[in-house]
Amino acid sequence: MATLIATGLVDCDVHNHPASDARLRPYLPERWRRHLERFGARTRHGLAQGFPYPKATPGAARVDAWPPGGGPPGSSLSFLREQLLDPLGVSFAVLNCLHAGSSQLDPELGAAVCRAVNDWQAAEWLELEPRLRASIVLPYDDGPLSAAEIDRVRGTAGAAGFVQALMLVRTVEPAGRRRYWPIYEACERHGLPLGIHFGGYGGHPISSSGWPSFYLEDHTGMAMAFQAQLVSLVLEGVFERFPGLRVVCIEGGVAWLPALAWRLDRLYDELRDEVPELLRRPSEYLREHVWMTTQPVDEPERPEHLLQVFERIGRDRLLFATDYPHWDYDDPVRAFPTPLPAGLRERVYAGNALALYGLPERPAP
Amino acid sequence: MGPAAEIPAGGRRIVTVGGRSIGVFNVGGEFFALRNACPHQGGPLCQGVLSGFALPGQPGEYRYVRRGEILRCPWHGWEFDVRTGRSCIDPATTRVRTYPVELIPGPYIAETYEVTMEGDQVVIEV
Repeated sequence: MATLIATGLVDCDVHNHPASDARLRPYLPERWRRHLERFGARTRHGLAQGFPYPKATPGAARVDAWPPGGGPPGSSLSFLREQLLDPLGVSFAVLNCLHAGSSQLDPELGAAVCRAVNDWQAAEWLELEPRLRASIVLPYDDGPLSAAEIDRVRGTAGAAGFVQALMLVRTVEPAGRRRYWPIYEACERHGLPLGIHFGGYGGHPISSSGWPSFYLEDHTGMAMAFQAQLVSLVLEGVFERFPGLRVVCIEGGVAWLPALAWRLDRLYDELRDEVPELLRRPSEYLREHVWMTTQPVDEPERPEHLLQVFERIGRDRLLFATDYPHWDYDDPVRAFPTPLPAGLRERVYAGNALALYGLPERPAP
Repeated sequence: MGPAAEIPAGGRRIVTVGGRSIGVFNVGGEFFALRNACPHQGGPLCQGVLSGFALPGQPGEYRYVRRGEILRCPWHGWEFDVRTGRSCIDPATTRVRTYPVELIPGPYIAETYEVTMEGDQVVIEV
């Protein structure tokens, strides 16, 4: 891996997971521990446990990613080191914990679980491994509670370990709506990028024409969900109101972005007086405010088409990610259908992420 | 590799030969060997689940065939015919390296020679 990128790889999407809900108990106040024992969790997808779609593999994970000592994939720091950080020469990995705290119907419970997850991340991951950074998980459908959590985490001793605030793409309302603005304001205030990750439980079908039949449809449709959110963020004027906001689309695919920008620009030219708050064409906001992780990378028949798409998006806006330990993991050496040319390679595998997240070239020893 | 009986039907063993990781599979008494690296992204293919293949027919119909002969990569789920190493999605060009497997009657005993000592010299009679 040293030959791939001399400074070390920055992996912008790695998933840690509590070995069990009991592991979060010490981080929850008694009031919410008792609530969970008596009433449990409730989410919009209607299932008390499990995913709204089967995920192709148990835990949606690589079959070889179950820690030998037990527990679900992503629950063992030592196995994360052994299977990802050490062999791939990772200098930094950004943890995006997808524990269900953010999807609770009761926003107060969701906020309590998110606080517990963030404190657990600080104590059991960031404190113990200098190569790790984490996203602040949020009860993101409640803007004020989420902003309060960003402020709280930034006031803790472990604040430096958190480099991003995290939403999932399937929200209750389009992401440009006012209910989410307190999150964007807090991100801007603290200089934190906002990650928007694959998944989420807003209660709506992934497609605009009802609930699909297959996981394959659900997974493909996630790219449409990202497009809907970017359109909303641009047209609601979020980037005019919060000019310092930086959005990272995580695990949504990449190749659709240029086509979306073209279509938006064309329609904007024709319908701009519907959104007079916008001072620039949509593509300019996208180019300035949006970063994208590469995984799961698109695999065109002719690999040079992918490089053309990368150039369209902007070589300073692409971030490498593995999505470890999930089944659709991208290997840094093999994921791209063609080796990235020098110059682009250093940026995608490390430089862009170091700049975005304000990281040094190497972790402090 | 060792006695065939150590790999029961439906079983496998992953060995390292000349620095290469290779999976040896017993499919109903026949043995097949494949490189333990998926041609897609290099995942440990031979650790994958062996199952069958849902063969498409007309729309709305399928047949489940080749039970225990289709190897599914533990990373992205690409499927390969364990007999040929050819992938199910693109058998002509996407395939994993296979190796011939030979069953040799045993027991396999190396030829031995008598060794004696003459003073401080070791002597082998050939």
